[in-house]
This record gives sequence, structure tokens and C-alpha cells, in this order.
Amino acid sequence: LTRPVLPGSLLIIIPAFNEEGAIASVIGEVHEFVPGAPVLVIDDSSTDETRERARAAGADVLPVPHHLGLGGCVQAGYKLAWELGYAYVIRVDGDGQHDPRDIPRVFQRLKNSGCEMVIGSRFVTDNGSRTGKVRSLGIRFFRLVLRPILGKPVHDPTSGFVGVNRNALNVFRASFPLDYPEIEALVVLQRRRFRFEEVPVRMRPRTTGRSSITALKSLYYVVHVLLGVFVNVLKFERRLHRAPRAGDQTPGEGG
Amino acid sequence: MDRLLNVTTVLSVILIIIVLASVRRAHIRVEYSVSWLLAAVAMLVLSRAKPLLDTVRNLTGLPDSPLTLFLLGAGVFLLMFFRFSVIISHLRDDNVALAQRVAILEYHIQSLKNHEKQEA
Repeated sequence: LTRPVLPGSLLIIIPAFNEEGAIASVIGEVHEFVPGAPVLVIDDSSTDETRERARAAGADVLPVPHHLGLGGCVQAGYKLAWELGYAYVIRVDGDGQHDPRDIPRVFQRLKNSGCEMVIGSRFVTDNGSRTGKVRSLGIRFFRLVLRPILGKPVHDPTSGFVGVNRNALNVFRASFPLDYPEIEALVVLQRRRFRFEEVPVRMRPRTTGRSSITALKSLYYVVHVLLGVFVNVLKFERRLHRAPRAGDQTPGEGG
Repeated sequence: MDRLLNVTTVLSVILIIIVLASVRRAHIRVEYSVSWLLAAVAMLVLSRAKPLLDTVRNLTGLPDSPLTLFLLGAGVFLLMFFRFSVIISHLRDDNVALAQRVAILEYHIQSLKNHEKQEA
């Protein structure tokens, strides 16, 4: 079913779960600021009218049969983008926190730099983006942990505003972390000697609904992601020291 | 001590009966019943063969037989729970991949239908 690659083509994917309040305006803004780019909403079995409103707003919808979580949804989008032959994919969240005006900047950097992943970062420059105290502490912690692993600083490792090219798509369609994918995905790419860059983006306050992150979930998040990071590091260190074999398959990371 | 061994025997027999009945009614697949049956039979044998339990106790250096029986049982069931965690993890991965495939195939089918409508 895989179609030929369309050079320079871009697909915007929006994973969404119960985002009926914001999804239509997000899609409208994407159409406004990235005219001509198709939008694919991956509906994670929402119980509200997310799917209908996304279709009405002019997006394609990929409805998954049951709730998969963020990683499973994003990976489904990557798989479909690969099969449809897209050269680049940019993911934005469906709650309206990511500003679609920044998509062209992420896309330009993806095309011009040749790196496999571009992260829309709130903290590359001081653009007034603010996060909660707990989240801010977590981001600082992961910056410290990731610095030696990635070999370069990453300002916003938990950002979901991410663009990838076809090389990264090829990796992620085979293997993508199911829970809390952002940080682990970064490590997976880096261990394959893929490159990433950050571009400054604006982050807006959530317009509808509320965050489900609690103190206990934050602690679970830190432990879960740390474990995933170190498992990937250890796995790839072993692989790097092993003589390459013909037909060696790379997928299988993430959790 | 004897009472504890008798209770273990009874529990092991009950577990064997439950597992066999579940297999017969297809509530549990045969491959997943084997480990439960082996664990139940092992507990049954240990509770009925006191010299064997004493040998195990001497080998492990534990102070008494009930503790030995308890630790062996706990160890066996911990291993089984771990095995089931591995199985569940594989099933979840397979389930996610399958759900994604279904969604993508439905998307392709819908696209083909839309294309046919436009051509018609």
C-alpha cells in the first residue's frame, strides 16, 4: 500500500482525545498558516464529538478502534504518513497550546538543515512561555540527564511540537514509545546518529479542558521515562559494540 | 507444622481442580494452564513428602520447614507473575500494532470509496 515519496510534501498530524472544544479552531489555524498542507487528526477513541468536528473543519480523520494512548496514536499517524509517501510530518497537539503560526518555521528548518527531527522549543529563547513549577522542575531534571546522553543540550525535551523527516518516520513506524514518547524518541534517534535541532515556538495556555497531570503522575512519569531512556542507552551501547551483521534490523526500541 | 502441610495439600488440590475445570471450559488456554498446574503439583509434592522438604530446608539453610515451604511457594508464584507480565507486554504491543493496522486499512478503504464516488 506504500505510495511513492512526494518530495517536499508535508503532513500535519494532530493526536486528539476528547478535544471537541479546541480541535476545530486548531485545524482552522493550521489551514490558515500552512495553506495547502493536509491535516490528519488521529482520534484516540474520543467519547465526545472530536471526530465529527475535525471532519467538519476539513481534516482527514484516522479513528483508532480503541484507546491507544498518545504514543500509539502518534505512531499510527507516522505509519500512515509513511504509506502515503509524505516526506515530512509535523505533530501539533489538539488542545490549542501549540501555535500553528510556528509550523512554517519548524518546516523550513526541517527542510534546510537536513536533520531528522526539529523540536519546537519554548525555551531556546525567552519568549515568555511559562510552565507550572512541577513541570519546570521535571524539564530541568531531564535536561541534565539528557545532556551527556545526547552530546548536546536540549532546551525543551518534553515538547510535543515536533517535526520529522522520512528517515525518522522509517524508524518510528517500526518502533515508537507508547507512553510519554517525547524524551525516549529523542534518545532513540540520537543513538542512531540522527540529528535534531530546536527552533523557538510560542506555547499558549490551554483553552479548553484541563491537564490530567497530578503530582503522583509526575513522579510516575519521571521514573517511567528515566527507565525508558536508560534501557535504550544500554541496548544501543551493546549494539554499537557488536559487529554489524547482514540484514540487521533496527526496530524494537521503546516501550 | 502438620496442619500447615495439610492446608497446603488441600489448597494445592483445589488449585489443580480449578485449573483443570477452567481448561475444560476453555476459560484458560492450555499453554497458560501448564505453569499453574506445575506450581500446584510442586506444592502438593512438597507438602506430602516431608523428607524432600527437609532436604530443601537443609540445602537452603533455612531455620524451619514451614518457612521453606512458604518461601518456595512465594518464589514460584513470583516467577509466574513475572512470566505473565512478559506475556501481557507482548499482547499489548501486538494489540496496539493490530489496532493501528485496522485504523490504517479502514482509512485506505474509505479513501478508495471516496475516490470511486468522485469518479462516478
